[in-house]
Amino acid sequence: MTPAMTHAAGAEPGVEDASEYVTLTASDQTFGIGIERVQDVFVVASLTSVPTAPGEIVGLLNLRGRVVTAVDLRRCLGLPDRNGGGELMAIGLEHKGEAYGLVVDAVGEVLKLRQETREATPVHLNARWGQLMHGVHRLGDRLLIVLDADAVLAFDQDARAA
Amino acid sequence: MDDLLREFLTETGEHLDTVDVELVRFEQDPNNEKILSNIFRLVHTIKGTCGFLGLPRLESLAHAAETLMGRFRDGFPVTTNAVSLILATLDRIKEILAELERTAVEPEGEDVDLIGELERMSSLEADVLLAEAAPAPSAAPAPAPKPEILKLPDIVEREAKPGEVTLDDLERAFLEAPGPDEDFTAPPPPPPVAAKAPPAPMPTPVPAPAPQVEAKAEAKAETKVEAKVEAKAEAKPEPRGRNAQAAEKEAPEGGGSSDSVSKVQTIRVNVDTLEHLMTMVSELVLTRNQLLEIARRHEDNGFKVPLQRLSHVTAELQEGVMKTRMQPIGTAWQKLPRVIRDLSSELDKKIELVMQGADTELDRQVLEVIKDPLTHMIRNSADHGIETPAERRTAGKSERGTIRLNAYHEGGSITIEISDDGKGLNFGAIRKKAVDRGLGTEAEIERMSEVQIAKFIFHPGFSTAKAVTAVSGRGVGMDVVKTNIELIGGTVDIRSDEGKGTTFTIKIPLTLAIVAALIVAAGNQRYAIPQVAVLELVRVKKGADHQIERINGSPVLRLRDRLLPIVPAGKVLGLDGADANAGDEGFVVVSQVGRQRFGILVDGVFHTEEIVVKPMSTKLRHIPLFSGNTILGDGAVVLIIDPNGVAKMVGSGTAEQQYGFEDTGEAAESDEQETVTLLVFRSGGQSLKAVPLSLVTRLEEIDAGKIEWVGGRPLIQYRGKLMPLVPADPSIAIKREGSQALVVFSDGERAMGLAVDEIVDIVDDVLDIELVADRSDLVGSAVVRGRATEIVNVAHYLPLAHEDWTRGGPPKMASFSRSLLLVDDSAFFRDMLTPVLKAAGFKVMVAGSTEEALQVLSADKRIDVIVTDIEMPGRDGFAFVEAVRAQARLHDVPVIALSAGVDAQALERARRLQIKEFVAKFDRSGLIAALGEIPEARIEHYGEAA
Repeated sequence: MTPAMTHAAGAEPGVEDASEYVTLTASDQTFGIGIERVQDVFVVASLTSVPTAPGEIVGLLNLRGRVVTAVDLRRCLGLPDRNGGGELMAIGLEHKGEAYGLVVDAVGEVLKLRQETREATPVHLNARWGQLMHGVHRLGDRLLIVLDADAVLAFDQDARAA
Repeated sequence: MDDLLREFLTETGEHLDTVDVELVRFEQDPNNEKILSNIFRLVHTIKGTCGFLGLPRLESLAHAAETLMGRFRDGFPVTTNAVSLILATLDRIKEILAELERTAVEPEGEDVDLIGELERMSSLEADVLLAEAAPAPSAAPAPAPKPEILKLPDIVEREAKPGEVTLDDLERAFLEAPGPDEDFTAPPPPPPVAAKAPPAPMPTPVPAPAPQVEAKAEAKAETKVEAKVEAKAEAKPEPRGRNAQAAEKEAPEGGGSSDSVSKVQTIRVNVDTLEHLMTMVSELVLTRNQLLEIARRHEDNGFKVPLQRLSHVTAELQEGVMKTRMQPIGTAWQKLPRVIRDLSSELDKKIELVMQGADTELDRQVLEVIKDPLTHMIRNSADHGIETPAERRTAGKSERGTIRLNAYHEGGSITIEISDDGKGLNFGAIRKKAVDRGLGTEAEIERMSEVQIAKFIFHPGFSTAKAVTAVSGRGVGMDVVKTNIELIGGTVDIRSDEGKGTTFTIKIPLTLAIVAALIVAAGNQRYAIPQVAVLELVRVKKGADHQIERINGSPVLRLRDRLLPIVPAGKVLGLDGADANAGDEGFVVVSQVGRQRFGILVDGVFHTEEIVVKPMSTKLRHIPLFSGNTILGDGAVVLIIDPNGVAKMVGSGTAEQQYGFEDTGEAAESDEQETVTLLVFRSGGQSLKAVPLSLVTRLEEIDAGKIEWVGGRPLIQYRGKLMPLVPADPSIAIKREGSQALVVFSDGERAMGLAVDEIVDIVDDVLDIELVADRSDLVGSAVVRGRATEIVNVAHYLPLAHEDWTRGGPPKMASFSRSLLLVDDSAFFRDMLTPVLKAAGFKVMVAGSTEEALQVLSADKRIDVIVTDIEMPGRDGFAFVEAVRAQARLHDVPVIALSAGVDAQALERARRLQIKEFVAKFDRSGLIAALGEIPEARIEHYGEAA
């Protein structure tokens, strides 16, 4: 067990031999966010769109009396917008003291994954994706991309730098 | 930093502020003993505390100042010099305090200069004025603290008048008082540290009041002082009369004069605590609103009564908490009398400061923000506004100028007026400066009203002060003032009568946390507009009393015989389907920001609601349109529209560049009213010529002697560059002497001067051009102000000046009225081509970028032809056409591309995109010809648009 705690554990504090991830999907791709970062999982009831806002921001919503900025994961990743209605799910995250809701297609179960199945980010990935992820877990039937929640929510600075 | 020191800093800071104010009052009213004793008491307190805390430098300064003030109490004449000196000492004390606050250590240094001077002055009096035995050491040459302190006793001795309580009395009273500290501090033997006042020699002729004081002091000492003394004892185990000191500090308050110091019981509460309380109350208000909303839907429940009660209590609580944050505006004014006093002597002016409404209360958050702007404005009034006594005499005014500061509540806001009876704004100078700084062309600025001109003083770096004085004129300030005030949702306004004075009116909200807002609908969403900004609501409908009209595509509303610019909310917000209100129906929210009135056209209006302003997410804070967001009673999040942000779009120029106003199209709908501003000039003969003013960069009158001839072509050095001159008519020769009138056109780096005989006028008129054939120098002719006028084709002259501005040709007449979208990133070309295209019979819509153009198109405008520049920054013309072709609706719209150069690759690309034709940028005839070839069949089903 202990030999498995190599530099991966060092790189990401709090990552023990096994880590727990909240899984989610966007455009048929499975992602995982470290459970310690997830504050809430909720259904997006009503969104107030913000005219002239950056594209990643789909609107503002009221989560138990708190105004939460809703950020669409698809847009952050440059994926096409989902079509059609249906319930939107969002994951509540805290970033620099502010509340965000990461809008995704669906939220799945919580997985406990061992370090053995984890791989570094493949080098040939689209740079945008590469920046937003911490690595990949090989699951039985699919791959789970470990999202870097802070990087996902840091789009603002990127946009300005560009 | 230990608590004791921190408390000392806070208290001393407050005391010093009071002393500042009081001293100035005292100077004017030297016989007012109450003021004097108040000052004396405060300074003494400061001195005492410093000594106690072991801050020798502060102590000796305070001591020296106190000594001099002691003289005043002796009936010594209060001179300006003396007061200035004391004020200077106070400043030094403040500096030291600031340093102390930063480092928690008293900075090293000597204050020999001030102390020496103070001492000299104190002793001087003695020599000159007092018949009493002059104190031997008074003229002590050594300015070190020690001798001076030794001097104190005799002064104090002498000073004590009947009815007055001297320091020594107090001290003694306290020593005798059974303080709670008695147990651990031995009653002070004459202190070993010389820095304290009450030394051994106590032969003071103490008068009667001592016992009373004693009694009071006793009471005090038992209650208030207790805690302090303990703390201090820990902090400083120095065997000094610290109990006495601490007590003494309180005693004067108890026993001293009872004028300005209010006796209301107060406690110090940490600001954070209040802030937190405020947040909680805000949440409570929100929850209550939600409950009310629920109750509204469930008619029959038993919640009604308790809910009503809750509602009341919440309202009261909210009010109460707000009150804790309220401070009289006077606290922000405290420094002003001092400022004015210093300025008067610095500038040699006589200025009186009148303050009214100092007890008007407002939120401390707001207060903090306006403190500095206010001070700056007062300085400004004193420096720029008020004239010197001599000037005032000449102008028939009294020598003493008055600056009036007035604050009062008005609705949910506070109005602060700063007025002076000085010379007023020099509009001429501002105009000139505005032109110099390139804030507008001479003609534009000439046309502006005084109100508009006055606004220029809020431009960054704008100062017309002839000389930069130490006081102002550094070119920083008024813009910062304005920004600060607008930051908190306030407005500044200027009114000025030349020769009579200037009044600044600042309007600021009482609080920033909870505001009343009007909930409106735009598109399919609701927004909140702060009620403060709303003047009235007008319902507009086509065919009704109030209806939207358009000038050059910009909507306006006639309201009580005034034209109100209208900003459609949907458009400002860039909402999809902004066209939905193209019918111009809905409500106009009439708003005012500063002097600028405008209307925001919204689709619907709901109700007014008290909203709790929540800050925008950091990722959205850059959007100027919104000042925050809130959660309404029904739980929905709505954005709060910032009227200041909207107002900025009302001003021309910015509107077009930033928000795509004119570009978004409605331009086409009412040509018949469309007016154009024309510059009318004369050149070659008596006939009048005109050019759209929007094309003109500026008008110049140059000395013909400065014209240089290079290779037979006239050039002039203009703004550090050589600018070619072209005669407007071949028949006129450019003058060799005298002055030559020029109309300057420029586009980016290139500029040219059109030499004309005379500039006649600038007029606004409906431009109905009749084309003339075969004259490339003219677009056509039109009747301007009842006179036939030739409209000059600037495109003709440009190639004459610069080879790379290619030559144009004569236009051909087009017979149908079709709509055309012109896309070009250069405003100059847009402006230049627009009249040409209009003359060719098109309704022209313009866009400065691909994005804007797509916006115009998506607004479902009827566009028959698109003319687009290919070379544009960002998404270029090809990308634009690609995007156009992607839309089924626009699949076959004819497109003409403008380009400076064409290669095979570009042609191939153009062919694939079905671009009908490539035309060189200046080839007017080519463009007109290409347009002429577009089949007119296309426009048939758009016929009703005409």
